[in-house]
Amino acid sequence: MPGKIAAVFGNMVTVELEQEVTQNSVAYCCRADGRRLISEVIRVRGSQADLQVFEETRGLRIGDRVEFTDEMLSVVLGPGLLGQVYDGLQNPLSKVALQEGYFLTEGVYVHALPTDIEWDFTPAVEVGQEVTAGDTLGTVPEGIITHQIMVPFHLRKKLTVEKIAPAGKYTVEKEIAVLKDESGQEISVTMEQRWPVKVPLNISEERLLPTEPLVTKIRIIDTMFPIVKGGTYCIPGPFGAGKTVLQQLTSRHADVDIVIVAACGERAGEVVETLRRFPELIDPRTGKTLMDRTIIVCNTSAMPVAAREASVYTAVTLAEYYRQMALDVLLLADSTSRWAQAMREVSGRLEEIPGEEAFPAYLESRIAGFYERAGVVRLKDGRIGSVTIGGTVSPAGGNFEEPVTQGTLKVVGAFHGLSRERSNARRYPSIDPLDSWSKYTGIIEPKKVAEVHNILRRGNDVKQMMTVVGEEGTPIEDFTIYLKSEFFDNVYLQQNAFDEVDGATEADRQRFVFDKCLEIIRLDFEFESKDQARQVMFYITDLFRNWNYAPMDSDEFKKILAEIDEIIATKGKLVKEALVK
Amino acid sequence: MRKFFDDITAITGNVVKVRATGVAYDELAAITTNRQTSLAQVIRLEGDEVSLQVFAGTQGVSTGDKVRFFGKPMQVPFTENLMGRIFDGAGRPRDGKPEITDDPIPIGTPPINPTRRLLPSKMVRTGIPMIDVFNSLVESQKLPIFSVPGEPYNELLARIGLQAESDVIILGGMGMRHDDYLTFRNAFEAGGVLGRTIMFIHTASEPVVECLMVPDLCTTVGESFALQGKRVLVLLTDMTAFADALKEIAIIMEQIPSNRGYPGDLYTQLARRYEKAVDLDGAGSMTILAVTTMPGDDVTHPVPDNTGYITEGQFYLRGGWIEPFGSLSRLKQQVNDKTRDDHRAIMDACIQLYAGARESREKKAMGFEPSQWDLKLLKYGELFEKRIMDLAVNIPLEKALDECWEILAECFEPHETGIRRAIIEKHWPKKLNDKSQQSQTVTTDAKD
Repeated sequence: MPGKIAAVFGNMVTVELEQEVTQNSVAYCCRADGRRLISEVIRVRGSQADLQVFEETRGLRIGDRVEFTDEMLSVVLGPGLLGQVYDGLQNPLSKVALQEGYFLTEGVYVHALPTDIEWDFTPAVEVGQEVTAGDTLGTVPEGIITHQIMVPFHLRKKLTVEKIAPAGKYTVEKEIAVLKDESGQEISVTMEQRWPVKVPLNISEERLLPTEPLVTKIRIIDTMFPIVKGGTYCIPGPFGAGKTVLQQLTSRHADVDIVIVAACGERAGEVVETLRRFPELIDPRTGKTLMDRTIIVCNTSAMPVAAREASVYTAVTLAEYYRQMALDVLLLADSTSRWAQAMREVSGRLEEIPGEEAFPAYLESRIAGFYERAGVVRLKDGRIGSVTIGGTVSPAGGNFEEPVTQGTLKVVGAFHGLSRERSNARRYPSIDPLDSWSKYTGIIEPKKVAEVHNILRRGNDVKQMMTVVGEEGTPIEDFTIYLKSEFFDNVYLQQNAFDEVDGATEADRQRFVFDKCLEIIRLDFEFESKDQARQVMFYITDLFRNWNYAPMDSDEFKKILAEIDEIIATKGKLVKEALVK
Repeated sequence: MRKFFDDITAITGNVVKVRATGVAYDELAAITTNRQTSLAQVIRLEGDEVSLQVFAGTQGVSTGDKVRFFGKPMQVPFTENLMGRIFDGAGRPRDGKPEITDDPIPIGTPPINPTRRLLPSKMVRTGIPMIDVFNSLVESQKLPIFSVPGEPYNELLARIGLQAESDVIILGGMGMRHDDYLTFRNAFEAGGVLGRTIMFIHTASEPVVECLMVPDLCTTVGESFALQGKRVLVLLTDMTAFADALKEIAIIMEQIPSNRGYPGDLYTQLARRYEKAVDLDGAGSMTILAVTTMPGDDVTHPVPDNTGYITEGQFYLRGGWIEPFGSLSRLKQQVNDKTRDDHRAIMDACIQLYAGARESREKKAMGFEPSQWDLKLLKYGELFEKRIMDLAVNIPLEKALDECWEILAECFEPHETGIRRAIIEKHWPKKLNDKSQQSQTVTTDAKD
């Protein structure tokens, strides 16, 4: 027997139960006009259950029917996910548009995978073979990857292959295998399966320590505050500091197999930018468009709030699915603050005792639980797969002391703090080189990085001093350190995202340029005056900047390199002489 | 089918609770007192108890008054006849003309499917150089004007409304002073755009609930025109009043406040309105410009702060002009490469030099001796403020770019501007250049 609605407040519905319910199971509120609004059970008290509705609740009445299922909120997994744009509940938005036009009408749900495509199936097992959950039954080519069709993950017993489809073309809904469990029950398997989004999907031998650097081609990240495959990082920053641009650049250039973009409670325009541009951009790794390796899960700020929470989990589940195929997956969540705010709204309606800034007390454990789903794993067959999670945080007033930022900092491996000061000074990417940190080791020797870090810190100290004592009162040694820190900031930390060459720097080039910068920093120029010091360092800065714009190993590149080497060899003698003239 | 209920159980603030059955969430109702009839909206259902937010406030509501439910959510008529009309926050005419009841549509439509949105690509020319040159407004952009109370933000909004290219102008006033309402009306009348303008005005003396309706009324009507292929410009003033109205209702409803008394869903509430700005694939567009007054000039106040995370940039109005540093149009890169080849170069150079001018001014104020370079910058700063930044300046983009070149030529040698050589050669004013080579002093009157 279904239940009946007893109260409606915002996106919360209280239901008078007439049957058993499962916490976190999916229910449908049936509106008088026949629309069924998808909801989730989030609290049960006595004979009443509280539901969060993933749609606008407009039009629901007391006494309206509520149908319960025993399934938790799940996603569909199978070939055809790549290149899709989904909403938070995995409705493919382009198909919804074909059906519904301009609007996202309530109560419209479309199957997540294309059911008309016939996939070229190659079996990988034989009849009689023993298999367990996650084992590969066969493969189909899905664009740039070989998609493995796996034994459904929820079947946790030993199974025997009863039947396996011969090589050929099948749609996702066709049976490709029949498995038999120990009790003799037969299970029909298709290419698609479902998995509850809030349960981590990880069928592997062991979790490994993430160590392999994930190259983003953004110098300040790869060199100074590296991230690794299977690691986690966060990007907090005030509005206008460039969070989203940084995420977009990462989604373009990151050295991974698959990128999943979770646009959570942010502007629709940013999703549009990705979904209109990516199909035109070529991924140099594969020669195909960037869209072929991307899945967008978007719940923009205008879409229903409850589905915002779901969108983050949907995205991470898709990431984990591809990790089971031994791929490296990067999940970019923009922004986790909006997800936290969604939790706050629901918690407020449940009248739970609020924590700091009215966020629920379980905020930190939820954030931790989400980031813990990242990781690098060794699969049963020995192959390695990884999920890396990078989340932006939008702290109120740009103040990092707020609960979401602090809760995130406790659980991530790297912190890329964006600063308003740097973005105002047009120093992009505006990651603060003094406040940010990373627990990982990147592509450059940590000792060298520490050396540069030290120069940046001392340079900043000198700069602070100079505002008090003026340039006149600063010793030339200190002044030189300041100039050198500015030099490194200008030519290495800052990067022109709109330039084809400078916008993405390969790891090899980073190592090479970094070493040259270090040579300049270590060089004792024997400056005679501050004016001379400034002019020489300005000249070298200009030289390096032009070097950044020259393609690696081009004539221009070699020409500038020769001049740089000459400066290093002669301690800038020629530059000094030229400046005198 | 009309249903009457008269068992009112609670009256607090603007909220009335009534026992009723068969009522839908978000439904519209009318409550009749012995003085007037006011609209009300269902904001909570709990068993047979219905919470209503009463538009006209609960003053004079008696426990014996009748509540009638309409069985549908709040609606707004949508017809060409809306053009030139003025309504209040409850959708009633305030211009003395008859009520319009044609083709009602429910307000607050579902969100637009992102796959049906276009990348913004068309510049909206306003004739204001600080916008056109430095932070171009783009069709379908959502942009707030952050302003200290006291600044001429309504004048600026009215000017943009008058000068920007659009098919329909919709003005939403929230907590507006009656004088300001009249100023807008007169300005639009004098400018000859009243015939394609629709106004929804809530003045400060009117019930606060009606204030909450204004953005939805504006964007619902605007969206419908956009779906017909029209280019719609929505002007909202002031969104801080809207947020304060939200706060008032949330506190009456005993919601736990999150930040300075504002409800936890402030971001969502603002975003749902701003996100209506759209360039539709195969139809028209809607651009939203909204004034957000910043209490105490504090940008970290919850209203401007949340707004900044939602909108595509912001204009800071401070000291009587649009501040060049905090102001930002996130979409300008989409259009300013298609205007004139010197647009981006001028945009960067003028702002960098102006930043230098401010530094020199500080130096001078602190008593340091200005260098030759400082003197040049100081002169530049003055000319730039007078001939470009001043809000009274009203010239098309191309003229403004030329004017910038003139100012640069009056103050600097070409190489001092940091502009690429190819662009200098093409655009540097020839006559002035010759002059400045002849003598060090350049006459400011260069137009002869």
